[in-house]
Amino acid sequence: MAVPGKSYGDYAVVLKAMRLGEADRIVTLMTAEHGKIRAVVKGVRKTSSHFGARTEITTHLRVQCWRGRDLHTLTQVEVVDAFRAVREDLDRFSQAMAMLDAVDQIAQDGQEFPALYAMLVRALAVLDSTGSPLVAPSFFWKLLALDGSSPMLSACAGCGKPESEGLLVAFDFAQGGVLCEACQRGRKLSAPGTLDLIRRILQGQLRTVLFEPLSPDAAEMSRLAVDAMEAHVGRSLRSCHTGLVQPALRDSGQVP
Amino acid sequence: MIYSQSVQALIEELGHLPGIGPKSAQRLAFHILRIPEPDARRLAAAIVDVKERTTWCTRCWNISDGPLCDFCLAPERDPTLLCVVEDPRDIVAVERTGGFSGRYHVLHGAIDPIGGIGPEQLRVKELLARLEPEGVTELIVCTNPNLEGEATAMYLARLIRPLGITVSRPASGLPVGGDLEYADEVTLGRALEGRRAMEA
Repeated sequence: MAVPGKSYGDYAVVLKAMRLGEADRIVTLMTAEHGKIRAVVKGVRKTSSHFGARTEITTHLRVQCWRGRDLHTLTQVEVVDAFRAVREDLDRFSQAMAMLDAVDQIAQDGQEFPALYAMLVRALAVLDSTGSPLVAPSFFWKLLALDGSSPMLSACAGCGKPESEGLLVAFDFAQGGVLCEACQRGRKLSAPGTLDLIRRILQGQLRTVLFEPLSPDAAEMSRLAVDAMEAHVGRSLRSCHTGLVQPALRDSGQVP
Repeated sequence: MIYSQSVQALIEELGHLPGIGPKSAQRLAFHILRIPEPDARRLAAAIVDVKERTTWCTRCWNISDGPLCDFCLAPERDPTLLCVVEDPRDIVAVERTGGFSGRYHVLHGAIDPIGGIGPEQLRVKELLARLEPEGVTELIVCTNPNLEGEATAMYLARLIRPLGITVSRPASGLPVGGDLEYADEVTLGRALEGRRAMEA
């Protein structure tokens, strides 16, 4: 924990930014050692600012901060990775925004969560290099597991009936996962391979999932990921509902 | 109450203005108390006037005193060249360069998914409706060079390029008078990509 009035160094990803006064900005950072913090970046909106584009959202930074009473102040920054492909491609950008939004909801102010930071950095790097439309949905499933909320996938979350004894036909995160015909509520499962995809993501086969061709399974897995994450954080993730749907999914007719 | 009711009311109202704290509000209120009455009346009339007369231009969504703003009414401005900006204040910044003779379109924001602002919340439909009737051949997307501005530019390019209209973006690079040592990696990278051959 940073001591008030002391300078400290850390690694961080910029989650969001808001304007402050004439030329300053408050950035929300997911740091490696200090959890989620909010810091003032003075004069950053002036063209002569030495911070420049370094404190833009999604950037992975090495930072030096001064802890004030309420807010931290960013004094030095060095870019570790600017994730340029994320900045310059609308599909990657919209996925990155969804991931940052979810992390912002899950991380608590000032509470260390190094695994969350590390997972976010890895996910942004994968998104930057592959551009797969399944990075953000897969990240949501992994994030739920990291936060201790893995859904039940092999047996009915309502009555406990295993998959081998009957079809699992619906998914409701609030109920704990998949549901059998008798217990069904929430979203009805329509694609046969959806549950298998989620299992592969959660069982360490993410690489193979990311390079899967787009299919009804992938589209349904993506929709369920958003539903589950929204149920977990208890609010709508605005970044997932701004009309910037992945065109690859949209064009294949998989997204309503 | 420390001050009379009218002075207190003025301080409170001034305190609602952006960037004005209680101390500044008090200073401004006492300045207004000291200035001659005609000056104070002119200030009050200007505030009332701007609220009564000002509206949005129905074509470009700039601030206007009538249905169409001065830029849309000016016959000498090139209608085939359209500059898209986020905010009416950005028009002033572009105009100060003296290098643009086309018309404008104000989006009133930029795409910000985390803030819940998507294309639907911007004046994009109004922009699309202008392109054909006005014979636009080039769209200069002059949104801010930050992540939200870039995303907005990418979105517009994806939407408008298929219509056969050139979509361009102002060059980004190093600020004149700055030190190379302090330039960030993204800006310097783009400046190098967009380098120009020097004339002899």
